[in-house]
Amino acid sequence: MKLAYYPGCSLEATAVEYGVSTQKTAQVLGVELQEIPGWNCCGATSAHSTDRVLSLALPARNLALAEREGLDILAPCAACYSRFRATEHQVRRDAGLQRQIQEIIGMDYQARNQTLSILEVLAGRIGLEAIGGKVTRPLKGMKPACYYGCLLVKPVEYTGFDDPEYPESMDNIMKTLGAKPVAWSHQTECCGASLATTRPEVGLRMTYEILKNAQERGADSIVTVCPLCQMNLDMRQSQVEKMFGVKFNLPVYYITELVAVACGVAPEEVGINRHFVNALYHINHLPEEVEEETDQATARQKAAPEVDRAKAARKAEAGEEPAGGTAATAGAAETPAPASPAENAGASKGALKLASRIFADDEAKAARLAGILSADAEKMKKVAQLLAQDKEKAVKVAEAFIKKEAKAKGEEVAGE
Amino acid sequence: MEKVLVAPAPTQKDIIRRLEQESGTEVSLCYQCGKCTAGCPAAFAMDYTPRQVIRLLQLEMVDEALKAQSPWICATCETCTTRCPRGVDVASLMDALRREALRMGIVTDHRVATFNQTFLKLVERYGRVHEVGLLMEFNLKTRQLFKDAELGLPMFKRGKVHLLPEVIKDQGHVKQMFARVKQTGGESS
Repeated sequence: MKLAYYPGCSLEATAVEYGVSTQKTAQVLGVELQEIPGWNCCGATSAHSTDRVLSLALPARNLALAEREGLDILAPCAACYSRFRATEHQVRRDAGLQRQIQEIIGMDYQARNQTLSILEVLAGRIGLEAIGGKVTRPLKGMKPACYYGCLLVKPVEYTGFDDPEYPESMDNIMKTLGAKPVAWSHQTECCGASLATTRPEVGLRMTYEILKNAQERGADSIVTVCPLCQMNLDMRQSQVEKMFGVKFNLPVYYITELVAVACGVAPEEVGINRHFVNALYHINHLPEEVEEETDQATARQKAAPEVDRAKAARKAEAGEEPAGGTAATAGAAETPAPASPAENAGASKGALKLASRIFADDEAKAARLAGILSADAEKMKKVAQLLAQDKEKAVKVAEAFIKKEAKAKGEEVAGE
Repeated sequence: MEKVLVAPAPTQKDIIRRLEQESGTEVSLCYQCGKCTAGCPAAFAMDYTPRQVIRLLQLEMVDEALKAQSPWICATCETCTTRCPRGVDVASLMDALRREALRMGIVTDHRVATFNQTFLKLVERYGRVHEVGLLMEFNLKTRQLFKDAELGLPMFKRGKVHLLPEVIKDQGHVKQMFARVKQTGGESS
């Protein structure tokens, strides 16, 4: 397969990893990329805020250069992609506009070729099966939030290769690479990149919302397909953390970096060492073993609320324990922690193993922790992730969980 | 005596028609459901929400709409356009409002306008955007010299910064395009 390649200005500078990893991925997957000779900036986002004709002429010159070669175009940057698609779309619909654009660029342009996003090329043209066949280092244990950003799937009129509200192509690619993407709500929310420079107070808040949602949904990283998104989420993550007084520490990858790594390329070779939030450590220390345990816990957690509710209802009926009634109304969100060591026997194997790794020399504490963790998949996930990154932190958090549980119990007693 | 032709000032209706034409949409289609505003990730910072901006246009309060902060806060993420049940292209309308405001010399947000101007000047000069040059010139023009300065050195260390702009081979071609757009009445200058 041969495609014209339009890197765009960012991939040569601030998003140099995206450029390098796109070329590497293409090489690994057997796609020939022919850079458009003498390509010019697409004008995003300043041109379409300033002059409509200019905003169409700038992409049109590149499109026309590729059309001469009879090639479709790969534009990895979502902003470039969006401007290219908008131009194709409008030129195809309006013969008068087409003539005007041809005059301005001084070239023939029929809009016969089309621009492809990196996701279309990977999931569509190359195909998941072909990618899966090349994976030699599966990204097991990775729980990324797949972030499509705003422009890649919207508006459908121009883009249309994936659903604008629930896109799946990147999630499918990540699954093919062996990762387990999380379900989250901000996958197509705008990161505010165009405002980060001009109105940071607005832009940083938009970035914050995305990072927060990813973290809340248990993601250990974010995967992007746009140099502006990546820069905002990665480079400005420290600014966001400072502004909102939080800590995220979420590595932000480009999809192409991960495809290349999963296909056996060294992370440094595709620039993963050049990120602002340390991604190299993350990719080299994916929590493979702990991950499976967490999954078991999640499955248990899914089944648990029903059982718990039924149990609590029975207890309430018998008039044994009024606290049981409140737990039942609280529902799935707050599964009651096991009260006695006898109930700890119900702790999952995974939780016991994890707890014994955290409190290696304190069996009582470990048993208690196991009880807490098997009752709450979120807590389990958190401890498991922390253990993979920083044991000291994991121990601290585990201690905090135990303290909190003790306190909650103490209050219950006082209340009775 | 010299004859001077004075074009009549465009009426509110003329401006609305031009906005609709440029954005390929009609403001009368909107039935004010507010879905655009509900999904807008930047609405929290706007003086008029996207729905209200359209309402202003429906009521022919064009000046109010052109002076609003909202078009300059809009991040052009296209969520409103994607979700509108009436097919109103709200994002393109915001684009058209920004351009109309520029044309009429009403610029509520000089930072955004300066950024765009600086950006396009670089494209005209080199054919591509030189990110460092853009940020430095923008900071100079808006008198915030040390904005994002803490990111400069780390960027340099990571090899993400080219100190000198790259000039494309056919730079003259791009310059010609800018000239032709200006001749045909564009406002990119």
